[in-house]
Amino acid sequence: MFQILKDVRVDWLAHRRWLIAISIALLLGGLGSAIYRQWQQPGGTQAFNLGVDFKGGTVVTIRFKNRPSDDAIRSALVSQGINDAVVQPVTDRTDTVLIKLPLEGEGGEETQAQVDAGRSRVRAAINTFGPEAGPEVDLAADPNAAYKIVGTDAVGAVAGEQLRNKAVAVTLAALVGILVYIAFRFEWTYGAAAVISVFHDVLVTLGFFSLFQWEVNLTVIAALLTLVGFSVNDTIVVFDRIRENRKLHRRDSLYKITNDAINQTLSRTVITNGLVFLSVLALVLFGGDVLRPFSLALFVGVIFGTYSSIAIAAPIMVWWEQRLEAAQRALLATSARPVRTNMRVNSGSEKTIPTVAGKRSQRAGQG
Amino acid sequence: MKKKNLLQRFIIIVIVTVVGIYAVVGPRHRPTLHDLTWSGIKENLAKNIRLGLDLKGGTHLVMRVKTEDFLKRMTEDNAVAAENAAREAGFEGKARGEIGGGDYRVLYEAAAGTNVDGIKEAIEKKVELGSNFGWSYSASGSVLSWTLTTAAQRTLADDATNQALRIIESRIDALGVAEPTLQTHGAQSSHQLLLQMPGVQDPERVKGLLKGESRLELAHIISPPSPAPAQTYLTREEAIASLNSGGTIPANRRVLPYQERADPTDTAQNQTPAPKWVVVEVPPIITGAELRNAAAVPALGGGVADYQIQFSLKKAGADKFGAWTGSHINEYMGVVLNDEVRSIAYIKSQIFDQGEITGRFTQQAAEDLALTLRSGALPAPIEYLEERTVGPSLGQDSIRAGVRASLVGLALVIFFMLLYYRGSGINAVVALVLNMILMVAGLIVFGATLTLPGIAGIILTIGMAVDSNVLIFERIREEILSGKTIPSAIEHGFARAFITIIDTHVTTIISSLFLFVFGTGPIRGFAVSLIIGLLVNLFSAVYVSRTIFMWILSRKGQRIETLSI
Repeated sequence: MFQILKDVRVDWLAHRRWLIAISIALLLGGLGSAIYRQWQQPGGTQAFNLGVDFKGGTVVTIRFKNRPSDDAIRSALVSQGINDAVVQPVTDRTDTVLIKLPLEGEGGEETQAQVDAGRSRVRAAINTFGPEAGPEVDLAADPNAAYKIVGTDAVGAVAGEQLRNKAVAVTLAALVGILVYIAFRFEWTYGAAAVISVFHDVLVTLGFFSLFQWEVNLTVIAALLTLVGFSVNDTIVVFDRIRENRKLHRRDSLYKITNDAINQTLSRTVITNGLVFLSVLALVLFGGDVLRPFSLALFVGVIFGTYSSIAIAAPIMVWWEQRLEAAQRALLATSARPVRTNMRVNSGSEKTIPTVAGKRSQRAGQG
Repeated sequence: MKKKNLLQRFIIIVIVTVVGIYAVVGPRHRPTLHDLTWSGIKENLAKNIRLGLDLKGGTHLVMRVKTEDFLKRMTEDNAVAAENAAREAGFEGKARGEIGGGDYRVLYEAAAGTNVDGIKEAIEKKVELGSNFGWSYSASGSVLSWTLTTAAQRTLADDATNQALRIIESRIDALGVAEPTLQTHGAQSSHQLLLQMPGVQDPERVKGLLKGESRLELAHIISPPSPAPAQTYLTREEAIASLNSGGTIPANRRVLPYQERADPTDTAQNQTPAPKWVVVEVPPIITGAELRNAAAVPALGGGVADYQIQFSLKKAGADKFGAWTGSHINEYMGVVLNDEVRSIAYIKSQIFDQGEITGRFTQQAAEDLALTLRSGALPAPIEYLEERTVGPSLGQDSIRAGVRASLVGLALVIFFMLLYYRGSGINAVVALVLNMILMVAGLIVFGATLTLPGIAGIILTIGMAVDSNVLIFERIREEILSGKTIPSAIEHGFARAFITIIDTHVTTIISSLFLFVFGTGPIRGFAVSLIIGLLVNLFSAVYVSRTIFMWILSRKGQRIETLSI
């Protein structure tokens, strides 16, 4: 058989300080970018390039027979009094442009007017290039038409805020759900470590979105939640192996068991994540502009989801378990009669703290 | 025993596969030979699968019922009614509605020294202000006040939203939009409605139509009787001054604008004279609630752009109307639409159940108005919060991009699996292809909607599905390397990997469920694809894969030495 990785014996946990330092640097980088941009644009929401879904506003997608230059479109818009529009070409369709209008004013009435007026205002401006194809007619089928509005997204301030709040709530709720499930199947420490590592992935991905100013829209939230599921997946594969190894090699320290588990599942990690990475790459390259933010979120997320299972989740879990065991040991030492029979004999690496096979560890050992 | 077990598994798999394929590309009509051709298969697939608005094209509208306006109007109406009721009972006083800080209150200021309890009784007998209508009463000195309780506010607002939903539903039905869906949206307290209309690309007309409040009233115009012309005023101030009430408008009067009807022979469309003002009596004779029917008809002697609306009244309304017109012959009556007097009629004789609204409407405007009148008045105005339209060509682009990305992803995965796992790679590919078929079949059977993020969900499922195979295969390899026999290695590989697979699937399903429950439209489609894909995967990657291995073992016997993995 042909194997990518044979009998790997890397001491992953020995590098935990470096790995965690890298993560902290990435998180700080993302945070720095967000704060810097926010500070550059006081009062704005420029920390992230929020799409209309969250910020409100109008996006009109226009397809032309002969597309005028962006500047020509821009000046046509300005001549109609639309000064703050963004003209954005579509990368995979040269005949199509997106025209983005920000939300006007604050509060009810203006917002209302904005949702109504965006489309007709843009239409009035673009009519200078020729008439629009009728609503039931295809652009190519209409000999006189110069363009056609093929899509609009108009979101008022109220709806935008609602969608934003919901997105945050859904993400947090999903994390809690996962925490509870892992705690039920493993231990609280495992659940907490997995959730911290997933949270890390989400934050790092958002950091990239801030840094590169990729648009954050509703599909990005879907991507982040997928990423949550995916990254936990990866973490569970390792944890599952730890659980199994603890039962098989009762004498080994948690430190060694964790390292072994990571190494044993490494080829699976590389293959699966490599394949998911390929699927996501296909999405980024061929999925089209509409899915681009979604694809980019997954693209970054898959990389860090893989990384964090090894670099974040496992070290946090080991550290936490060792702290708990130390505490338990201290408790036993202060009690008058140490329960010798419950003491697990420690062997292997001297780096570890002896494990007390109390109720907790036994539960972790059961499948 | 093993053989029988294998046969049983085989039959199950074949049945599921056939049913799955039928669900995906099978005809829903009497099958013909054409259904077996490539174009027939494509047609059936397109017919079977329900595409979301983002792929098919259409309009997605989120609107909010302004229930606060409903409560405000109700409070003000009650104040007017309260003052009138008190006056009828012989009390002089002033009532007003007070709205602010989330409170809705009717205040009645009685003349000093009058019997407050008597007024309360007189008012509550006539007006819906009692505690059983959700108003809590209190009095301080000569001021009586009724405050709408929060519970009643909530109930009334919810009722108004439901009523608006029904009215909008009937308006859309009347308009003939194909397969619209209308439902409440978000939290109940947000009073939002979501309307999805496949195929509608330019929602302007629909939006105008849905928003149309169409509050119709027939009201008495305060004017000297005929033959003098109906009394109109050039400015609002002039009209108010005519009331001789010191610059305020008493509760039983309203001052409304009146757009005099332009000469139908006048071709200049935009030549509209400045509005005049008239004084109208409150309450109106009858309201739009008494309408039985309304229809747009061309005006007599008018041009193409001159339509009017003919309406008839229900029995109760007609009786009331007949009695009133009988006793007001030679006086004037106005047709009031959305607080604007559209036409003034001189009452020549008793009228019972017919009337018309004139006013130089275009045919479409007249038809739309007649439609909104028929469906009843919205209890409150609505506002649009979100509007998304997708043209069919944009949807086609998205489908093409999504399908291309799926196929590229699938091809890459298949290529790698065959390269890396050799013989067992075929096993994984069979499981993967079956997974895709059953996943689409699942979408169809559950009537789920395929959206663009849904296609992304399918691509992602390819990745997740292959993970199950990788977990199993890697485990089998490990067991073989540790010196186990092939059958035992397969046995252990599946058993051990299964635990991991369950855990990973459940966590992903948990996060997808949150997406499904809280998401809307396209996002929900993504969650549905993912959940169905994961469930199907338990069958294809575990059950089917296992069966294939069992089949290989049974062919080569238990003493098999090598496994292509």
